[in-house]
Amino acid sequence: MLRFFIVSVVLALVVFESCFSGKTKYEAIRVRGSDSEVNLVQALAENYMDTHELVSVGVTGGGSGAGIAALINNKTDLANSSREISEEELYFAKKRNIDPYEIVFAMDALAVIVHADNPADSITLRDLGRLYSGKMGNWQEISGLNEAVILYGRQSSSGTYIFFREFVVKDEYDTSMIGMSGTAQIVEAIRKDKKGIGYVSSGYLDEKVLQNLKVLKIKANEHSPAYSPLEKTTIISGDYPITRPLLQYTNGRPTGTLLDFIRYQFSPEGAEIIESNGFYPVAPGELMAELKK
Amino acid sequence: MGLTKRKKIQSFLGLRFLGLCTLIVLAFIIIVLSDIAWKGAGALSWEFIFSIPRKGMTEGGIYPALAGTVLVTMITALFSIPVGVATAIYLNEYASDSVLTKALRASIRNLAGVPSIIYGLFGVALFVEGAGLGSSVISSGLTLGLMTLPYIITSTEEALRSVPHTYREGALALGATKWEAIQTTVLPSAVPGITTGAILGLSRAAGETAPILFTGVTFYLRFPPDSLNNEFMALPYHLYILSTQHHAIEQVRPLAYGTALVLILLVILLNVIAFFIRYRFNKLKSSR
Amino acid sequence: MKAVFALAGLFTIFVLLGILALLVTNGMKAFNHIPFSSFFNSSYWNPAALGEPSYGLWQLLWSSLMVTAGALVIAIPLGIGTAAYLSEVASARIRNVVKPIIEILAGIPSVAIGFIGIVLIGPAIADLFRLNNGFNALNGAILLAFMSLPTIISVSEDAMQAVPKSFREGSYALGGNKWITLTKVVLPASASGIIAACILGFGRAIGETMTVLMVTGNATAMPDSFFDPVRTLTATIAIELGEVPYDSPHYYALFVLGILLFLISLAVNFISEWVASRYRYKVS
Repeated sequence: MLRFFIVSVVLALVVFESCFSGKTKYEAIRVRGSDSEVNLVQALAENYMDTHELVSVGVTGGGSGAGIAALINNKTDLANSSREISEEELYFAKKRNIDPYEIVFAMDALAVIVHADNPADSITLRDLGRLYSGKMGNWQEISGLNEAVILYGRQSSSGTYIFFREFVVKDEYDTSMIGMSGTAQIVEAIRKDKKGIGYVSSGYLDEKVLQNLKVLKIKANEHSPAYSPLEKTTIISGDYPITRPLLQYTNGRPTGTLLDFIRYQFSPEGAEIIESNGFYPVAPGELMAELKK
Repeated sequence: MGLTKRKKIQSFLGLRFLGLCTLIVLAFIIIVLSDIAWKGAGALSWEFIFSIPRKGMTEGGIYPALAGTVLVTMITALFSIPVGVATAIYLNEYASDSVLTKALRASIRNLAGVPSIIYGLFGVALFVEGAGLGSSVISSGLTLGLMTLPYIITSTEEALRSVPHTYREGALALGATKWEAIQTTVLPSAVPGITTGAILGLSRAAGETAPILFTGVTFYLRFPPDSLNNEFMALPYHLYILSTQHHAIEQVRPLAYGTALVLILLVILLNVIAFFIRYRFNKLKSSR
Repeated sequence: MKAVFALAGLFTIFVLLGILALLVTNGMKAFNHIPFSSFFNSSYWNPAALGEPSYGLWQLLWSSLMVTAGALVIAIPLGIGTAAYLSEVASARIRNVVKPIIEILAGIPSVAIGFIGIVLIGPAIADLFRLNNGFNALNGAILLAFMSLPTIISVSEDAMQAVPKSFREGSYALGGNKWITLTKVVLPASASGIIAACILGFGRAIGETMTVLMVTGNATAMPDSFFDPVRTLTATIAIELGEVPYDSPHYYALFVLGILLFLISLAVNFISEWVASRYRYKVS
């Protein structure tokens, strides 16, 4: 009995040891934050690591709030955020000697989805806001059907949640809104719920995902034409009203391997990956100077 | 005078009801396990277990998550087993029946019932922030270690208690010191019980998500951690992500099932080992 | 040698006290920024609100209690019934097969149960009751019921097994059969232990995090029925701990929730101990 015990403990220690020895040390970059951006950045990371063998880029979601909090708490090197950093967060960052440096690395459009059988085709920004703040609880005015509106959204840790609230709802969310942990959960839910409405990053809506779903066209106001986020031209031209920059924050200006990875995001390969994930590449802007070095 | 007909019918139905309850419970377990086994088996393969996730985790395997879980569980073991067993030995063999001892026992019992997210909260405050260990595999390991400690202490105490007093007394009568008596008579008999408790405690730690959520686990890594200060992937968190936050939920559903299956197989394996040890120990005991 | 072990005991006490101390000090820090009353004078927990943050915990507490109560309504009859079956009716062979299976249930990780809630139970509930989705309190209650069953079953069964044989034999001698013996002798004698088991089941259910996080919908409205989504205390901590900067009022407020949960689990332990101890006197 004792022998078995000793042998298994020794074996465990050997396995333990092998995890830590012999491998060449690699450089770790931690990326954390927006769930809307996580898959894009993870794809970028995967491809980057294919050509940079000694770098390990670890990507985690959790929401934009989580990413920024991690940056402030010094738990991450790069924070993905689909919304701007708030005054309060800047205050805490300063308190902890963190200097958030903002990078816009792609553009995104928020799509409003409903079930494919929903008769509605388009909606104004104002009505959308009224639905989500609870001021309008019935589909009657929008689709003609006398049905209650079931609101799907994200949780407060999500940048998408914050952005949509500030930009579209302009009020507090109705308390009946179901807080999903991720975009995909919203999509799955709406597929099965004829009375549902949800907001997701348009980047996820490829042909396969669009089954059983309909994307509502958005009118900026009563008199403007309705634009669909599925037509890329409307986003690039700025006609589609609900667009947002996808942001990343670092502690101070990025340098070294971190800068290299960010540079990769702006490269032609990076742009291709951004596009294939349904987002829109942008020029590096202020970072141009850094990247040219 | 026998039972009235009414009482006989009552009894009949009553006993059947009991059987029904048991059947419902068993049915749930079997449905859950077979659903996961059925839909997860398709995803299982050597490649699945030993390769890294690819293409946004829609392909490839779960190796970093498996390695991460194994690693963090080992750290948990290294922390909780020595401290836990030693505390149990103290409580059962040395401690007098004082207020302090009673208080210690009471606190251990209470801590065993504390929700796992509270340990996560505590882990963040103490290890990640307070001790400056940051989000890492060591923070998570220590947090899980704390969570497992009460369980190890309790199960070790039970194992020690089940050793008859006569064993100790015999050794003491022959002139051994207390520690010698424990070493030679109590521990050998209690080792199977202690081991079983440790294995079951660790299997619980391996399956926990809440304590590691904010202390070190991450969504995607290419390599398992090569130092204690790195973040890590873990099977339970991987399952959580694949089933709630992933962008191609339907596409990765089979992978989620596969992950669930691996996780459950791991737990069942540990339970079977513990069961086997207990069984052999009981056989040994009865053959004496 | 005694010193070594005493040291371990001391270390454990230190650790246990430390956990309590850390929770309390961090929770207290919340009261520097947030008045104590604001945890109670609002129903809604919304620290990230557009306007004034609100820290009312009633909706969270109510959600937790609701799901737990629902779970117990399912788990207590099933649990006591199964325990009675295993203790009084089943043959040794059946017991040897069933008990390990129930232990396996105890070992299934909560994520896996939550996963089943999403892929199996949720859609089933939605279809059965013609709901929009399966993310509601009922889903959570069902899953929690099965998670607390092993606790309820094993503690109840221990209580029943501890009833002396003589009690049962007395009943048989008077002409009773198994069922009568069970209902009139064994259950009353083991009542305290069974109640303790149920209380422990309550503690297990109210403290569960991942399962409820995955299936109860996490909506912030006060639920009207079991078909509504709810957000429990545990899920709230799990959702928000990742998004708070350390040292912010929100961060400390989460510790207040933590203290509440800790107090609840303390109370659960206390009460179940007390109830069980009343039983010990009776039989001896």
